[in-house]
Amino acid sequence: MLYEMTNNITGRSTTEKPLYARDKSRYMLEVVRLSAWYGKMKAVNEISMKIKAQAITALIGPSGCGKSTLIRCMNRMHEVSDGGKVSGQVLLDGRDIYGKDVDAVSVRRRIGMVFQKPTAFPTMSIFDNVASGINLTRLWSRKGELQELVEHSLKKAALWEEVKDKLNRSGVSLSGGQQQRLCIARAIAIEPEILLLDEPCSALDPISTLKIEELMLEIKKDYTVVIVTHNMQQAARVSDFTGFLLLGELIEFAPTKELFSIPHDKRTEDYITGRFG
Amino acid sequence: MKCSDSATTSSIAVKDWSGRRGRLGDKIFLYLTFIFALIIVVILVALLIVLNVDAMPAIQKFGTSFLTSMDWDPVQELFGALPAIYGTLLSSIIALIIAVPISIGSAVFLSELAPAWIREPASFLIEMLAAIPSVIIGLWGIFVLVPFIRSPIEGWLGSHLGFLPLFQGPPFGLGFLAAGIILAIMVIPIITAVSRDVMRAVPITQREAMYALGATRWETIYRTVLPYCRSGLVGAIILGLGRALGETMAVTMVIGNSYALTSSLFSPGVTIASKIASEFSEASGDLYIGSLVELALVLFGITLLVNIIARLMVWRMVSVRNTGE
Repeated sequence: MLYEMTNNITGRSTTEKPLYARDKSRYMLEVVRLSAWYGKMKAVNEISMKIKAQAITALIGPSGCGKSTLIRCMNRMHEVSDGGKVSGQVLLDGRDIYGKDVDAVSVRRRIGMVFQKPTAFPTMSIFDNVASGINLTRLWSRKGELQELVEHSLKKAALWEEVKDKLNRSGVSLSGGQQQRLCIARAIAIEPEILLLDEPCSALDPISTLKIEELMLEIKKDYTVVIVTHNMQQAARVSDFTGFLLLGELIEFAPTKELFSIPHDKRTEDYITGRFG
Repeated sequence: MKCSDSATTSSIAVKDWSGRRGRLGDKIFLYLTFIFALIIVVILVALLIVLNVDAMPAIQKFGTSFLTSMDWDPVQELFGALPAIYGTLLSSIIALIIAVPISIGSAVFLSELAPAWIREPASFLIEMLAAIPSVIIGLWGIFVLVPFIRSPIEGWLGSHLGFLPLFQGPPFGLGFLAAGIILAIMVIPIITAVSRDVMRAVPITQREAMYALGATRWETIYRTVLPYCRSGLVGAIILGLGRALGETMAVTMVIGNSYALTSSLFSPGVTIASKIASEFSEASGDLYIGSLVELALVLFGITLLVNIIARLMVWRMVSVRNTGE
């Protein structure tokens, strides 16, 4: 059957055209002198960086270095936290998402996010979990169309084969790794342009981690991916660009191969060789 | 015995292998806690036995017709519980219809929307409302609420919605509507406080997950927070219902105490608790007292039933959520 052909997550998807065919050399997101606070505590200090389209950008650094805060600023999730404050700019297609006339809700529809812990909605079925984002914008939709979208998203998240017979079961009946892929399916169901992953594998076992990594490599064909990770090997394995953060500052930002082989900054070198962190 | 085996094996690291020291303390502790637990059960059973013994004359005389009869005639010694059961349920239902939207609404505001500087004082005030003795609320009901209900509210309802049986008849002021409103005021703080706590217990990650999908505040509350804690909300409402069914003093003061069964909310009525409270001191004769005690048994049964239903609903919801785990 058709979906069995497309199920191989590392193989090329034969049935789907990329949702957003993009110019690979383009910068998708531009962070300009961004600072962020929790109350009085400054967590991110004047960071500027450019994020390439259809690539995976990893943010690494020791705990408390501000990498999670930085990624949360990229889709205005930081302001949901208690005392979350931001200054500076984040440009999406050249437009500041913190601009006065920009609604945070519409920003999050274009820039999706997956969190550290799987956050499946326990009262919803697997199907409804995936459809939950779609249902927000569509007051009604043809059933067949919705089904197609859910199936498409689950296939993209490499979860379809495992859940296609139990779409009515609760979202939390799945294992941790499956739930995390469910969250990815849910995030890509609303067809964002950028996907932010905040330590998506830190609560998962090695096999689930591997599956998510393969999945990231697959979805970067269509999406721009930014991932925060504690795991340097993970950054080295999957990402195209890596940024190293320390104490709220971006110390070094370079193509991954370069950063891990010839780091320019002493602190980066110390961190990736395991001398601290 | 089994426990002595495990005591020896688990204390291998200790020099004294007999384990005697620990076992004695454990035993005393076990018996003590067992006795305390037993006392609670004994009180419950004893209460039931006494109620049954005292009610026996009425139970033997009237049988099941006690539940369906509308009489309450101490002179001819004819007693039936139907108007009191009806009044109890009706006043509680009115109370819930008024209280649930207000309570859940304010809980949403306090838990999700209010800035921190409003949240604390407002929560405190609502909890203070629960601390007002019911006789004070009853007094306020008689002197302020009942006159207000009589002319503006019942007058308006009667002239605009008078075609419904609910709103027919002369506006007395004292009656089911007054009792329902008083009860609503008394259960609002309970339902609000419990609902607010239940909503605050929803993990922040659940809210953030919904926000990250591009949901507005309202959508996040409606689609994530409320479904996540719905069994807790049902529990909060049932807790309020339990309070409303048994509330005595304030209801006795405003319901009018007329032993009748009418569809109009304007007419005076009676609840089980108010009937017992207003008559137990003047009751004489085994049959009269027995009938009042049997009324108490009926109320006991109703509250027990409500609680069982509530537990079943909560269990069902929780088990639906956990299927497959």
